[in-house]
Amino acid sequence: MTIIGLEIHCQLTNLNSKLFCSCKANYRGLSVNENVCPVCIGLPGSLPRLNRQAVRKAIMIAMALNCSVPDRTAFFRKNYFYPDLPKNFQITQLNVYGDTSIGGAGKIMIGDKEIRITRVQLEEDPGRLIYQGDSSKNMVTLVDYNRAGTPLVEIVTEPDFETPREVRGFLSVLSDLLANLGVADPSLEGAMRADANVSIKGGRRVEIKNIGSFHDLEKAVQYEIVRQESLHSRGIAIVQETRHWDDKRRVTTTSRSKEEDLDYRYFLEGDIPWIAIHPGIKEALQAEMPESIESKKRRYISEYGIPYQVADVLSSDKFFSDLFEDSFSVANAKEVANIITTDLMGLMDTREHQEASKLTAVHLRELADLILSGEVSRISSKNALHEIVKTGKDTLQVVSELDLGNVSDESELSSVVSQVVSEETRAVSEAHDNPQGVLHYLVGQVMKKTRGKADPKLTISLVKRQLGLP
Amino acid sequence: MNLNISALEFVQEAKLGNISVEDFVAETIQRIRDVDDTLHAFLSLSGYDDAISQAQGIDRKIRSGQHVGACFGMPISIKDNICIKDSKTTCASRMLEDFVAPYDATVITRLRDSDAVFIGKTNMDEFAMGITTEFSAFGPSRNPWNTKYVPGGSSGGSAVSVAALECVASLGSDTGGSVRNPASFCSVVGYKPTYGLVSRYGLISYANSIEQIGPITRTVKDAAFMLNIISGLDPNDDTTAAATAMCCSRDRCDAGHDGSSNNHNHNHNNNNTSNTSYDYLSGIDADITSKRIGIISDMMGDGIDAAVLSATRDAISKLEGLGATCQEISLDMIKYSVAAYYTITSTEAGSNLARYDNIRYGYDLPLEGYEFNSYITKARDKFGPEVRRRIILGGFVPSAGHAGRYFLKALKVKQKLTEEINRAFQDFDVLIAPTVPILPFCLGEKIDDPLSLFLLDINTVTANLTGKPSISVPYTHSHGLPIGIQLIADSMQDGMLLQVANALEGTTNLPEVPI
Repeated sequence: MTIIGLEIHCQLTNLNSKLFCSCKANYRGLSVNENVCPVCIGLPGSLPRLNRQAVRKAIMIAMALNCSVPDRTAFFRKNYFYPDLPKNFQITQLNVYGDTSIGGAGKIMIGDKEIRITRVQLEEDPGRLIYQGDSSKNMVTLVDYNRAGTPLVEIVTEPDFETPREVRGFLSVLSDLLANLGVADPSLEGAMRADANVSIKGGRRVEIKNIGSFHDLEKAVQYEIVRQESLHSRGIAIVQETRHWDDKRRVTTTSRSKEEDLDYRYFLEGDIPWIAIHPGIKEALQAEMPESIESKKRRYISEYGIPYQVADVLSSDKFFSDLFEDSFSVANAKEVANIITTDLMGLMDTREHQEASKLTAVHLRELADLILSGEVSRISSKNALHEIVKTGKDTLQVVSELDLGNVSDESELSSVVSQVVSEETRAVSEAHDNPQGVLHYLVGQVMKKTRGKADPKLTISLVKRQLGLP
Repeated sequence: MNLNISALEFVQEAKLGNISVEDFVAETIQRIRDVDDTLHAFLSLSGYDDAISQAQGIDRKIRSGQHVGACFGMPISIKDNICIKDSKTTCASRMLEDFVAPYDATVITRLRDSDAVFIGKTNMDEFAMGITTEFSAFGPSRNPWNTKYVPGGSSGGSAVSVAALECVASLGSDTGGSVRNPASFCSVVGYKPTYGLVSRYGLISYANSIEQIGPITRTVKDAAFMLNIISGLDPNDDTTAAATAMCCSRDRCDAGHDGSSNNHNHNHNNNNTSNTSYDYLSGIDADITSKRIGIISDMMGDGIDAAVLSATRDAISKLEGLGATCQEISLDMIKYSVAAYYTITSTEAGSNLARYDNIRYGYDLPLEGYEFNSYITKARDKFGPEVRRRIILGGFVPSAGHAGRYFLKALKVKQKLTEEINRAFQDFDVLIAPTVPILPFCLGEKIDDPLSLFLLDINTVTANLTGKPSISVPYTHSHGLPIGIQLIADSMQDGMLLQVANALEGTTNLPEVPI
């Protein structure tokens, strides 16, 4: 039996400033060591100044993971020397002297399985080390402190996972949950990182550090299980150790540094007074919390009759569910959900595409209404979507410019139907034996001739009439 | 020109145009040139031309009736662990020998806005660790009352500069007595405010959970004057918000002030140095008839010098003569206070000084060819003996195997001591004891005996461990050596502390400095 526990680090990328200063929380795209100030590079005399918005967001994460939230919280110093750590200590949280981390024990359901959360804590991200040079002789280490001080939430789970697949399921749910809370953009590079503890039956616990993405986490866990099982099958003992994930070679390697032996000399960070979390604050944050994915999904199914699969896909994605919420009315909800999940998710599949898109909620609402009223067919709507996403032009303008409006003029459509019936003699001859099949086929032919613009209801009735079907 | 005037007198005379600020500043600089080769109060001086042109500007503003800040060009010295933008801030350490601060400490911003003239940076024990100023990497300061004697420390240079008329007032920092001790040894006023009353932003940390910036002045009123300028909420120091919240809960601060620490407005660029408008000078002359004063018997026992003891008894009888009631009180935890103090301060020092790895700033030592650990080991070789001693202690007492026996126990002592002193303040307004149990001693006399130096902190560390405001008032001299009397009040009772200290000061008659 395999046992896996996780420590997830999530940057609060949506905040404006770092945890203890006003430098940017999202440092991406800035030049090296540009996003720094006396506080985040630890100049003598500088003091941390707590970003209270970060505390609020971290409490929200704890609440979303059903964790207990203490009445007051405190920060501690974790002391160790490392070049990416400007003060040579990290300001973090600790539960040794009472439960003072932002989140205590919690749990989250992944399908039918309950994963227990040990704790949630708020801490500062270190800087980033960049290694240059190919051999140990000319190896150069460069340090970029742009990241130093970025608010980081650590989520620690109990060892409740048994397979890499369960790990993947959890990561997917967690990633959607964080995005839904609006606290982070999990798709940003380095915004989500993880450590994993893996042990197989009869072996000791192995910690894998330095896993830079959720995708790699699953791979690293998979690799580690195979490695441990291979050792075990050959009768070689699995030692307790820390291993590093090498993302280039896609293997875990033993870590020479004796990290387990480090004594972090934790003590209270006196520069940050205790923060009281009054019941009123908790209630206010609870009220402020966006609707959970689970609740959205239930609402979509029960209130708008959206099919389970569609509701599941739609509610899990923050971007598209926000778009849905802005666009739908009770009457067109199903249609809007359909357009989003069948067409739009494909058209706007990346962050870049989403950002470049000119489509608004108004477009979506109008298009759904046009489909419902039969003025535009579902097939034509795809073409309209393409154009709207690209140009952002008014919906009706696009429909008219591309000539996508349904042909619903009875005499015009009648002549097309007559033409089809006269051409498709073989099909017409089989109408008696296979009325549904033939009807379907002929309607398809009409659609083809009108490039999908024929009003479907009218077409069906006209074909039926001409074939003499009931 | 008479340099021996108080800050309040200076302001009064400058305001009236009776003295030219330019002349006063020039005279002060000349005074420094005359005496500082002997005294070594300063580690660096501001540029002569800059100081003079700043003084000229203030003279012009006075003459033309423009608004002038409260300091009116008063020459002020600053301990060299407080950052002044574009000035060297060395902490009297080889480690920071070349460090030029890129920003102003909050207290500096406030003084600058008040038209103070920064005359120079003063000598200190390296990183404020010591009580003689002999642990300065750049040589000791000397006591102006007798230059064979130590001036006390760690803010020795600041106390010397005020006592020897090299400035009108100074800012030091007090972690375990570092303002009060040298003030006592140099016969000037040294005042440590309530923890959190004055922003520490820009004060280079030694033991951040207990230290405060504090004024060193010629009179108690000058200390109150300085506090008016430097105290109050600072968005760059969260501990000032906690203190302000405490202040508001006691109805002692401006009603319009938002003392809530739940300010979600997170904007560091807004260097808004908002200030509480409490005036520590108002009411300072009120009589002390009804004041209840507790005599801390644990600070007047074994090892106390007979002259110090009799001076303290004398001071107590003077206060009784002014109508105060005095009564002995014992604080049992005081016997553990020095041990707790060194355990806690070493732990915090070990952490606060960890950043000096010479990677982001420091002195010239090329990085090429080193592995990280060996580089920092070599770079940190520049720390002096006392700093090393405390870093080593700070690596041991909070470590996993020993924290229970040392660090956590020290925290317990701190907590118990605080509870004890809080109970005492239910019965007393102010507590009294000598600032230092002995008279100043000679340079070199105790430097090889760190433990005996540690023990001299016995009377001062309590105020730091409990966060209480405390002041040393120059009281008398014995064999030409100064003796200071210490008063301690409850948190945020700084106004009352200054009032009692002012009354005590009124009973003294002190000689002029001989140098």
